Amino acid sequence: MLRLALPLALPFAIVAVAFVLLSQTDAYIIRLATTFGMYAALALAWNIIGGIAGYPSFATAAFFGLGAYVTAVAQNLGAPLLVGVGLAGAGAALFAGLLGSAILHLRGKYFAIASLVIAEVLRELTNSWTSVTGGGMGINLPLAKTTLLTQPQLYLAAMLFLAAAATSASMLIDRSRLGVALRCIAQNEDAAQIIGVDTRMAKTWAFVISSLFIGLVGGVYASWVTYIDPTDVYDGAMSVKPILMALLGGVGSVFGPVLGAFAYLLLEELLWRNLLEFHAGILGLLVVLLVLFLPGGLSQIRGVGLVSLPKIWRRAP
Amino acid sequence: MTALLELKGVTKRFRGLEALSDINLSLKSGEIVGLIGPNGAGKTTLVNVITGVHTADAGSITFNGAPIAHMRRDRIARLGVARTFQVVQPFPAMTVLENVTAAALFGGAAASIAEARDAAAHHLAFCGLTDQAGKPAANLTLAGRKRLELAKSLALRPKLLMLDEVNAGLNPAEVDAALELITRIAAQGATILLIEHLMKVVTRTARRLVVLHHGKLIADGPVASVLSDETVVEAYLGRRYAERMAGAGI
Repeated sequence: MLRLALPLALPFAIVAVAFVLLSQTDAYIIRLATTFGMYAALALAWNIIGGIAGYPSFATAAFFGLGAYVTAVAQNLGAPLLVGVGLAGAGAALFAGLLGSAILHLRGKYFAIASLVIAEVLRELTNSWTSVTGGGMGINLPLAKTTLLTQPQLYLAAMLFLAAAATSASMLIDRSRLGVALRCIAQNEDAAQIIGVDTRMAKTWAFVISSLFIGLVGGVYASWVTYIDPTDVYDGAMSVKPILMALLGGVGSVFGPVLGAFAYLLLEELLWRNLLEFHAGILGLLVVLLVLFLPGGLSQIRGVGLVSLPKIWRRAP
Repeated sequence: MTALLELKGVTKRFRGLEALSDINLSLKSGEIVGLIGPNGAGKTTLVNVITGVHTADAGSITFNGAPIAHMRRDRIARLGVARTFQVVQPFPAMTVLENVTAAALFGGAAASIAEARDAAAHHLAFCGLTDQAGKPAANLTLAGRKRLELAKSLALRPKLLMLDEVNAGLNPAEVDAALELITRIAAQGATILLIEHLMKVVTRTARRLVVLHHGKLIADGPVASVLSDETVVEAYLGRRYAERMAGAGI
């Protein structure tokens, strides 16, 4: 039981300490820490399908946006915040389960392209379903009622909690049958089937668990910013960022995405603010550098992090 | 004894090409059967159809009483049908032990990862790979990777094991070692379908021989009678080989 207790308890313990230390600091630090929790949770969630299973999903924005809108609509219909966010997670997971049976049989770049389209479709649907979603005008969310915590503290706690939960889930998957199945699939899907892995089931579970967390994060985000519109929450950058974070920190490893989220946030804060005109360019440069250092693309970079970049450099043609 | 594997009228077409036509084949439990034929005769296609990699266009396949012609590959594997690949298929970034553990966990239906690891260690020892257990599979020699394929197949606890050219690309000493391993596997009671180019391997291990030619089963019977069969000689062995075999008294 100790084997299970550690992954279940450790991330939450760390996050609790972090919350106590951070919650009394100034608004800027709290905001930054909240963003870090959000990024870490998203990168960890992407890593389950994109890293461990090796299916490079570009659908993060789709589940994020879906989660945000489910929470927004539910809250506008009178549901409490917790119910709204819970529905966001359930909705994203259910959607991933249905979507998975349609696109998870595609491999490599074909899956990537198919997943890329989902956010676009959802954005158009959201835009045109004005009566429920507010269309292009966006939708407002009620302010969360808080008693013990201030507003910023509440969202800090929520995002850090989701990051901890995503870490726990990753650690549990890593040492479970599902984790072994996913690593087999990532390395050689045909061979995985021949040794008896139900690849369809394993991939679908990975996609569902990944999307569950992305949907929850989207829900909390919507409540945090109190106003969302389709271009904001279905933004393609939301699909790319978690991949960059995972790439930075180490795709496929359990803690790599957390490290990567931190590194990315640092870059964002230091570079973006000072290079307002050129920050999209920097993002592009980062992609180019990662691809240069990682020839062979997304499918061959499992277990590689910042630390081993020099080794990759030597291996590059 | 009833048949473990029964193929009736199995046909597989790739566009215009009939890769397998009307194959009837039955393997009994515990048998070692050699499958020979020239390149492109359909040997690997036959294995692919049995394991569910390809779906037969016509005919029925029954394994241990269950129809498997339209079953998913992973389910067929869990029923106890294992194979090795002509081109080896390891999980390159995993260690040798992890490779076999995965096979024991899913195909071998181990109850836990720890139990699968124990089973894997046993199979590695059986295949003489214990020394290499901690190495990434990608770092093995070809002979080592062929052995790893065998260890993975054994970890599935197969009732039927199909060995697709496990000796291709090995040097004579390695072939002898592999041959010895196959004999030991056979002694454990699994039914073995041995796909081979090396007649030495086939004649030493198999009692029964099946010959494929242009997707058709042209001979099926005891090794000696198949090797002296006129059609087989014409299609595959060549007259000189047949004469030498006859001279050697096989």
